[in-house]
Amino acid sequence: MHRILRRIVRAGIVTEPPRAPDPALHAVARRLEALTLERLGRALAVRHVDAGSCNGCELEIHALGNPYYNLEGLGMKFVASPRHADLLLVTGPVSRNMEQALLRTYAAMPEPKLVVAVGDCGCTGGIFGESYASRGRVSNVLPVDVAVPGCPPQPAAILQAILTAVTNDRRSSPASP
Amino acid sequence: MSVLVERHTIDAADWIPLHLSVREDGGRLGALWASDGPATVHALSVVHERLLCLDLPLTDLSYPDLSTLFPAAARMQRAIRDLHGFRSGEDERPWLIHGDAPYAFVQVEGDGVHEIPVGPVHAGIIEPGHFRFSVVGERVLRLEQRLGYVHKGIERRFESMSLAEGARLTGRVSGDSTVAYAWAYAMALESAASASVPRRGAWLRALLLERERIANHLGDLGYLGNDGGLAFGLAQFSRLKEDLLRLNARLFGHRFLMDRVVPGGTTVDLDTAGRDAILEEAERLEEEVLALRAIYYDHPGLQDRCINCGRLGARLAAELGVVGLAARASGIAIDARIFPGFAPYDELEPALCAHRNGDVASRIVVRFEEIIESLRLERRILAALPSGAPRIELPQPAEGARGVGWIEGWRGEIFVALEAGAGGTIRRCHPHDPSWQNWPALEHAVLGNIVPDFPLINKSFNLSYSGADL
Repeated sequence: MHRILRRIVRAGIVTEPPRAPDPALHAVARRLEALTLERLGRALAVRHVDAGSCNGCELEIHALGNPYYNLEGLGMKFVASPRHADLLLVTGPVSRNMEQALLRTYAAMPEPKLVVAVGDCGCTGGIFGESYASRGRVSNVLPVDVAVPGCPPQPAAILQAILTAVTNDRRSSPASP
Repeated sequence: MSVLVERHTIDAADWIPLHLSVREDGGRLGALWASDGPATVHALSVVHERLLCLDLPLTDLSYPDLSTLFPAAARMQRAIRDLHGFRSGEDERPWLIHGDAPYAFVQVEGDGVHEIPVGPVHAGIIEPGHFRFSVVGERVLRLEQRLGYVHKGIERRFESMSLAEGARLTGRVSGDSTVAYAWAYAMALESAASASVPRRGAWLRALLLERERIANHLGDLGYLGNDGGLAFGLAQFSRLKEDLLRLNARLFGHRFLMDRVVPGGTTVDLDTAGRDAILEEAERLEEEVLALRAIYYDHPGLQDRCINCGRLGARLAAELGVVGLAARASGIAIDARIFPGFAPYDELEPALCAHRNGDVASRIVVRFEEIIESLRLERRILAALPSGAPRIELPQPAEGARGVGWIEGWRGEIFVALEAGAGGTIRRCHPHDPSWQNWPALEHAVLGNIVPDFPLINKSFNLSYSGADL
């Protein structure tokens, strides 16, 4: 146990790293926290669906949870069920084999709901495009609120996209906590 | 840089006998794919560290079933039927093109047996696939996988592309292995064009490939700790991985090094400052990884979860044709960097990292050892990086020229089989992921374990969906 504690102390808190902090990211983080609290009165619940991605975008979404970006510290959490989700994060071109599962996930989310399409594939179909096996961009299948390009988009850009979706959210009254 | 492939066109009558002799010679099936016009099935095998490609022209659109010799062929044959209509084997269910018909899972019957369907959308941030568990109480009697959900038509896509564009697409077959795929594609194209890359380019490719291996192993070790109940491990390893990705971005302009390995060499080079940054990182990383390893190896909770969990014995692993990290953790000496040792690994002399027990713990041990070995390789590359340009302009291969790439990615061996079309286009390209071989092994490794151990066992293999769904 003492070794674990020593490691933790030694690693310190990298979320606000003394070396090379990313000011842009911090601006996003603080605004996001304030916005979600103001609009939802609680953490923003996010559900992710890989609708045909190469797994590159997933790596960056995972990175959002590392101590540098510390997603949960910013008032966001990934949830296991779409029924708990405010926002759906969709990666990949939508494969025909995933179309039904994606639509069902979306249908299972309570209103009001937001959709963020992640990555070049989510935005345009990307390099995979549209074909017998791919429906292409996410908006061909679902109403998309915000699309963030990149191959893959960096974690800060994904955060920015979520912020943008929450900012543009036209829900009339904040949900009760 | 090219790979020599012994290639024969054979008759249907020889298909089984020749593959039987491959098997009896200790060979394994590397990849199985087909092409249209003229209808042909291709089987790539590894025999005594050499590649053998057997081409079987089809007359009646069917061919003999290889899955009795190489079990991993079963799903590849189902994929071929979906994509080309060529028939083989008894399993008529679709694999890559699902359609609307309900899928008939194998039913397990008996007192107290029930099914747990999971997926395609999972609870976490992972790729989609369906797992059908048949269990009694908590114990798994049978697992059947249904994959293909992220099939997005990659192989057809190649056929509308130029050889240059194909490099970019290959780097996105499985995003976590982008360097390995891009290198395998480059190797295939360089073989087809009978060109060799400059030594500096080859060494830089190895540097990038080892960085990809380290990054993925760091991520996996974090999640394995987390799934075993040690969240501390995830926080630490994901921090180390992020540090490495940031240095990638700073030195090479992309966190995951996409499109940095291209036909002809690499698009990136390294100056003295970059070299020093990597050396400094290697020193820091080694100290941290060794300290974390001591904690993992000493942790009673992790030991309880990981030792003897999800065991895949050496005999079964060999029978199933398992490759890569999972094979090495089951005591099988497979690593294309060593056997046969493609350039520049013939000069770098990587050590084989293996274990015998074939359980989750062994797959953790192999990852730790491979990180340490990759750090050593990084230092060795940087100490003797050849001078010169990292890239040449590649001559265009002749129409119909063929080549194969064979690269040991962090997950296992990746093949790319390429045939050039007219005027710098692609006639046919087949990328092969090691997950084709290893997914069926997971169905066996989980038997007799309890359902809550499945996420841990699954993570210890960490197989690709996209890579095998194509």
